[in-house]
Amino acid sequence: MTPPPLVVIAGTLAVLLGLATMLTWAERRLLGLWQDRYGPNRVGPGGLFQAVADGIKILFKQDWIPPFADRPVFVLAPAIGMMTVLLAFGVIPVTALWSIAGDLNVGLLFVFATMGLGVYSVVLAGWASNSKYALLGGMRAAAQMISYEVFMGLSTMGVVMTAGSFSLRDIVQAQAGLWFVIPQCLGCAVFLLAGIAETHRLPFDLPEGENELGAGFHTEYSGMKFGMFFLSEYAGIVLVSALVTTLYLGGWQGPVLPPALWFAAKTGALVCLFILLRAALPRPRYDQLMALGWKVLLPLSLLNIVATGAVLLLRAPG
Amino acid sequence: MFGILRTLWLTFLHLGHRRVTVGYPETRPALPPRYRGRIILSRDPDGLERCVACNLCAVACPVDCISLQKAEQDGRWYPEYFRINFSRCIFCGFCEEACPTYAIQLTPDFEMSEYVRPNLVYEKEDLLISGTGKYPDYSFYRVSGVDIPGKAKGDAEREQPPVDLHSLLP
Amino acid sequence: MILNAPFLLFALVAVWATFMVVTRAVAIHALLYLVVALLALACIFDVLGAPFAAILEVIVYAGAIMVLFVFVVMMLNLGRPDRLRENTWITPRTWVGPGILAALLLAALADALAMAPPDGGPVVVIDTRQVGLALYGPYVLMVELASFLLLAGLVSAFRIGRHIRGEDAP
Ligand code: SF4
Ligand code: SF4
Repeated sequence: MTPPPLVVIAGTLAVLLGLATMLTWAERRLLGLWQDRYGPNRVGPGGLFQAVADGIKILFKQDWIPPFADRPVFVLAPAIGMMTVLLAFGVIPVTALWSIAGDLNVGLLFVFATMGLGVYSVVLAGWASNSKYALLGGMRAAAQMISYEVFMGLSTMGVVMTAGSFSLRDIVQAQAGLWFVIPQCLGCAVFLLAGIAETHRLPFDLPEGENELGAGFHTEYSGMKFGMFFLSEYAGIVLVSALVTTLYLGGWQGPVLPPALWFAAKTGALVCLFILLRAALPRPRYDQLMALGWKVLLPLSLLNIVATGAVLLLRAPG
Repeated sequence: MFGILRTLWLTFLHLGHRRVTVGYPETRPALPPRYRGRIILSRDPDGLERCVACNLCAVACPVDCISLQKAEQDGRWYPEYFRINFSRCIFCGFCEEACPTYAIQLTPDFEMSEYVRPNLVYEKEDLLISGTGKYPDYSFYRVSGVDIPGKAKGDAEREQPPVDLHSLLP
Repeated sequence: MILNAPFLLFALVAVWATFMVVTRAVAIHALLYLVVALLALACIFDVLGAPFAAILEVIVYAGAIMVLFVFVVMMLNLGRPDRLRENTWITPRTWVGPGILAALLLAALADALAMAPPDGGPVVVIDTRQVGLALYGPYVLMVELASFLLLAGLVSAFRIGRHIRGEDAP
């Protein structure tokens, strides 16, 4: 029944990369919609092939490595970024029976581990470029992503405690009665914010910070290496959306429609929310970002854990 | 916190707003006559070149994209060549402001894209039109006191005939 | 049976990466090899039936601590002159002491290995629940001591990072 692993891998790559590519188009169209303009609408019906055109353009650009860069690390960085994001998708349960790499009993932690490794991509890109803007971007990224990883992990602990398992499939199954977004609303909010910071998306895209850092950590990148950063960022959005769906919105569960469709719909809605955030909000200052993290999100997530623990203990028989 | 949510909601509501973008090649916006587009050199009502090669436009140009050389014929000055490098021009209109003869004018035409950059350097033949542009009646030589064939000193509009100095002697 | 193919592969990777860590001249490259070594160690943990420990190894060591290392090294911005200076630093006097300590560790390790059953026994998967029970059962003292240590670190970091208005040095 299950197709051979190579087919699964190839299919996953094709679907995810295609999705990320199309997201570049979808995001610009949606931003246009919310900012009373069109966005790309020329290539193909509704500008649908804009992503293809961009892909062709970026593939034909000169693949340039600055002479002052540290070559091996410079080449390695975008690959790490892409790889870690794609790895994390492996354990996300799309339906009750199917996730790409099967169910892992430490699935949630696995996702966090890959995200943690994803930090290297940005930091190393910043360092290997050997230019001051890239370095500043890389440093910001390091501090921001490590900090927000903490809150991200802590905020999900409430879910883990309630579900009693790190396995993402068990977590979804534990939401059969009530989606965790209601009892765990605090955790969900913290997780969403941390997710944005973790994918360094606007409004938390300080590692890029176009108006003060050039383009931040990928200032020196061009051609498909830049494309890799770009695609991994979009794949990261899909990943965080899928995670929120799994952890808080009941995953594949829903009436009438087939489970995979429910999963896709919830994830899609969250991706739209991400884009709306980008359309609406300005970027905070760096110290504001850190203060938000350590002074608001950390206490909130700790409070969430304590409260969840207390409720669980009270409810526990005996 | 509330402010952020409100911003999000208001931005979301823009979903139903009309788009302000004008889809350019299909719908062409009506440009006002004083729009600052492609630059031309006009002629006076008699069909002669208005430009007197005074170089004021070249001096006024902030990006130094006008270059010209003066020549002279029968007391009339005219540019031997007149070159505008439109790849540098920022269409600020300073040249038009500076010109004392209304020779150089900006028009509401902006579709001048080229594939080759040197094609954006316009010579006098490309710039000179056969009409008077925005100022149909003005002719510099008719109001100035310059001596040209067919118009001696003192023949210009609102100009007194020159005074014979010897008649002023006591 | 422990000595199966994946275990050997990961062990080889770990040893090779560790060797590279010691021999690299550029600090960041050495750190990257260290990360590879840690990842290989995590894989070994997993093969030995400790997925929780494996994942924690990746999250905590590879994902957080090593990033901080990279962060610090990035700021130092080591160049070629530093490398020359480094060569003068590495004299027998500096490495003999640590060398002896490492040799002691190695002896202890060899002793422990000799005591272990030759086969290693069957692989038992230890899940999260068992880890938690062990931490808060027999090892609760260790956990408390570690938390004391972390608290001390936190307090000192807070003290150093404190910003006092009108006072330059803390
Ligand atoms: S419009 Fe401005 S920039 Fe262009 S030629 Fe005239 S003065 Fe120069
Ligand atoms: S275009 Fe006008 S300002 Fe320029 S040289 Fe001719 S007369 Fe003078």
